[in-house]
Amino acid sequence: MSLADELAKQQRSISVAEFFERNKHLLGFDSPTRGVITTVKEAVDNALDACEEAGVLPDIYIGIRRQTADSFRIIVEDNGPGIVPRQIPFVFGKLLYGSRFHQIRQSRGQQGIGISAAVLYAQLTTGVPTLIISRTGADTRARRLEILIDIESNEPRIVSDEEMEWDRTHGTRIQIEFKSSLASKKRLIEYLKYSSVVNPHARIRLELDDETQLFDRVSDEVIACPKPIKPHPHGTEIGQLRRMLSHNSSPLQEFLTGSFSRVGKKTAEEVCRKASLDCTKDSASLSPDEQKRLIEALQATKIPPPPVAVCLSPIGEELITRGIEKEFELDFIRARTRPGSVYSGQPFLVEAAIGYGGKLPPEGNATILRFANRVPLMYQQGACAITQSIAGINWKTYGISQSGLPTGPLLVLVHVASTSVPFTSESKDAIASIPEIEKEIVLALQELGRDLKLYLSRRDRNRLQEDRARAVCAILPDLAEKVAEIVEETPPDISPIEGRIMRKLVARKRTRKGSVSLEISNYTQNRVDVALYDLSGDEASDAVPAPDFTTRMEDEFTKVWKISIDPTHSWVARYSGQGGGAIELRGMDPRDVVVVDLDE
Amino acid sequence: MSKKETDHEATRKLVGIARAWYDQMVTGLVPSISLPTRTKQNIAYDDESEVWKYGDKESIRSAGSAKSALHLLKMSFVIWFLKKQIAENRSSTLRELYYISEGWKKAKFQAQDESNFLIEDLEILTDMQREAFHLRPEEDGATIFGPLKLREATRRGSRDIHCQDDVGEAGYQIPTNVENIEFLSHDARFVIAIETGGMYARLIENGFDSQHSAILVHLKGQPARSTRRILNRINDQFGLPVVVFTDGDPWSYRIYASVAYGAIKSAHISELLATPKAQFVGVQPSDIRDYNLPSDKLTEKDVAALRSELTDPRFCSPYWKEQIELQLALNLKSEQQAFAARGLDFVTREYLPARLSAMGII
Repeated sequence: MSLADELAKQQRSISVAEFFERNKHLLGFDSPTRGVITTVKEAVDNALDACEEAGVLPDIYIGIRRQTADSFRIIVEDNGPGIVPRQIPFVFGKLLYGSRFHQIRQSRGQQGIGISAAVLYAQLTTGVPTLIISRTGADTRARRLEILIDIESNEPRIVSDEEMEWDRTHGTRIQIEFKSSLASKKRLIEYLKYSSVVNPHARIRLELDDETQLFDRVSDEVIACPKPIKPHPHGTEIGQLRRMLSHNSSPLQEFLTGSFSRVGKKTAEEVCRKASLDCTKDSASLSPDEQKRLIEALQATKIPPPPVAVCLSPIGEELITRGIEKEFELDFIRARTRPGSVYSGQPFLVEAAIGYGGKLPPEGNATILRFANRVPLMYQQGACAITQSIAGINWKTYGISQSGLPTGPLLVLVHVASTSVPFTSESKDAIASIPEIEKEIVLALQELGRDLKLYLSRRDRNRLQEDRARAVCAILPDLAEKVAEIVEETPPDISPIEGRIMRKLVARKRTRKGSVSLEISNYTQNRVDVALYDLSGDEASDAVPAPDFTTRMEDEFTKVWKISIDPTHSWVARYSGQGGGAIELRGMDPRDVVVVDLDE
Repeated sequence: MSKKETDHEATRKLVGIARAWYDQMVTGLVPSISLPTRTKQNIAYDDESEVWKYGDKESIRSAGSAKSALHLLKMSFVIWFLKKQIAENRSSTLRELYYISEGWKKAKFQAQDESNFLIEDLEILTDMQREAFHLRPEEDGATIFGPLKLREATRRGSRDIHCQDDVGEAGYQIPTNVENIEFLSHDARFVIAIETGGMYARLIENGFDSQHSAILVHLKGQPARSTRRILNRINDQFGLPVVVFTDGDPWSYRIYASVAYGAIKSAHISELLATPKAQFVGVQPSDIRDYNLPSDKLTEKDVAALRSELTDPRFCSPYWKEQIELQLALNLKSEQQAFAARGLDFVTREYLPARLSAMGII
């Protein structure tokens, strides 16, 4: 027997499932710890995609419970449209089975590999089948399936299948058990937090053993589901073209206008002319050489970029800002959505945001939030085009220190949305270095950097003013004391002066010879709206201006004025009475208010 | 004004400053004071008193800024100290005041200049001289030699002194507080103020005082307040003409200007210190040319000083313009004692008599 015959005995096809079993790292299951995150990520991505398609506000529940020392049960439940029963085994029990692979539009999942890989991983580590419950509407009952994957054939194996009662009217629940650890719990929470930032319309509830955490929605707007578009000629390769031609038997011009976006009659004629092909020739009858001429002509013809607005759904500057605001307490947030652009015929757009100060760590590298099609990228930060673009910017221009990456209390968010995000690998951890995308990222961040610089210089100026004011306030008490010693009187109360210098609201009450005066001076830089409460034994029936209302409690009268005062202005009320009691200002941070009682 | 009255007035005015601040603070105002701006740009000629005084420009020091707040704090400590010093009938020098501030923590002075400047502020605010606060300058006054009889109130009682008969070769030492001197009588035709000790001694040795009935006053360079005050008083009380004899360089012209018109630093008391009728004898730039005096070349600083004098309102007269421009053209300067090149008696026998008669003094 020849060696070739020997070898032939061992040569056979490899099932996808088998391949995956050996190459778990390619799909993000390289370690038990990472497995939890990948599973949750895939399930949540599917849930968000499904809700988006159905036009409902996502309500997602995630439960993670320890079963044995090293195995966990993970439950992800959504209020999406549900899955029709006959598809359930394939969606969860067959790798590379999905609805979005053949569509050109922005979506989180694409290949239909993620969740089934989790099912397979569960099967490989614990052998426990995955439980799916799904219901498509109020008029049907829920379906409950237990599924395994036949590794050799990459086909689902149904362990049990029954109908059941479920309190949700529509939605899907998946329950997976596998060996793992919760060593990366922090990262899991981070993942959900970041997801919540770019999906501000979603409510995500996490139950981790006995801990619960809610990432609530800040927007009640259902996001518009991006519509699929036809492929753009510039992004089409010969293989794809051949496939398209073989499925289609029509005149060439009709084929071109009907199969590609942005190709009209005139463009189709131009392409045919360039390829020296007859417009009326049957598209299915092209010879390989003619096909080659056609693809070359398609690439060489000037064709407008694909319709970005249709197939992409940017988060928007306002929602990004609100999303960051709700998850991070910051002093400054600014977001920018760049206009759409194209790389290799694929539409994409970049959104970015910069946050500063607040509770961010004051030292060390900036917090970087990377997103692709609204999905947080959690691993391989260094290999990602986003990180490289950030490091390539001269942050010192914007008043931020830098050692490679910018440092200090800074948050940088970059979201790349595209019909096909160019990832470096199937685990979708990092975006590949594409010059068109990098350029857009840099432009967005530079625009934001300029805003940040403006904010920082303004803040520094305010801080300088405050430092000066503080310096004055450190000297004033000594001055008051010394001056009082010279004139042989008791030291004056200098808090109103301090209020003036520190730019606060100063309220004074003074009673002299049976006349009470209440004065409020606004030394802040803004108009203030406050309520003044004056509690004393005086009824103040002759007060000018009259209080907005007065309440009586035995011998005590509470007079309330609602007041608006412009900066540098004062407000005064007078009435006859004996004074005493107390005054209080409501509606302002007490730190910005100085109340002085000058009653003797 | 008696000493008791002066003490009372000084205390009243000092406490008045603090009182104003106190009232400001009680009414919720940021304490502040207003002072004239003390620069060359803000001195103006006062026609009535014929001296240069501070103009209308005022700067407000408000405790709203940390620097000014600290200034006010230091001022309050000084007022507090002076009030106590006057009440206890004690006195101190400006230098001592600077050292006393060591214990004032935040209100401590960083340099002697700072405390001197602050005392001048108080003089302006109270319209009184620092002597009224029982403060003495460090420098001693210069000396006088000539036919003048005066009475000085000393710690050991009052003394009558004749400034030729009762003094040694060096003359009568002017005390720091000239207000303690009373002029009794004189037998003089004019007063000559001399910049350098060498020339002062030359005039005494040559008997210039008795020959020409002159009162010699040694300025000792830039004259102390007490020296300027005594010239002002002699001129005022006896109506004697005052002439100033200095070196022939830009710095010496400033000595003359401070005698005649007052100094920028003390423009608030120009009326008390300046002698507007004082005349400049020399050495004039034209003397350098006419007598062919031994001379030195002007330095860069000399030239800059001369140019600055051309814009100084105190030198804004045809005479000074001509002399300064001549000197810039000659590019030379000479000392008083350069006349010795023509013999030790030349200055008293030839130069001064000729120059003084040309000026109409003798």
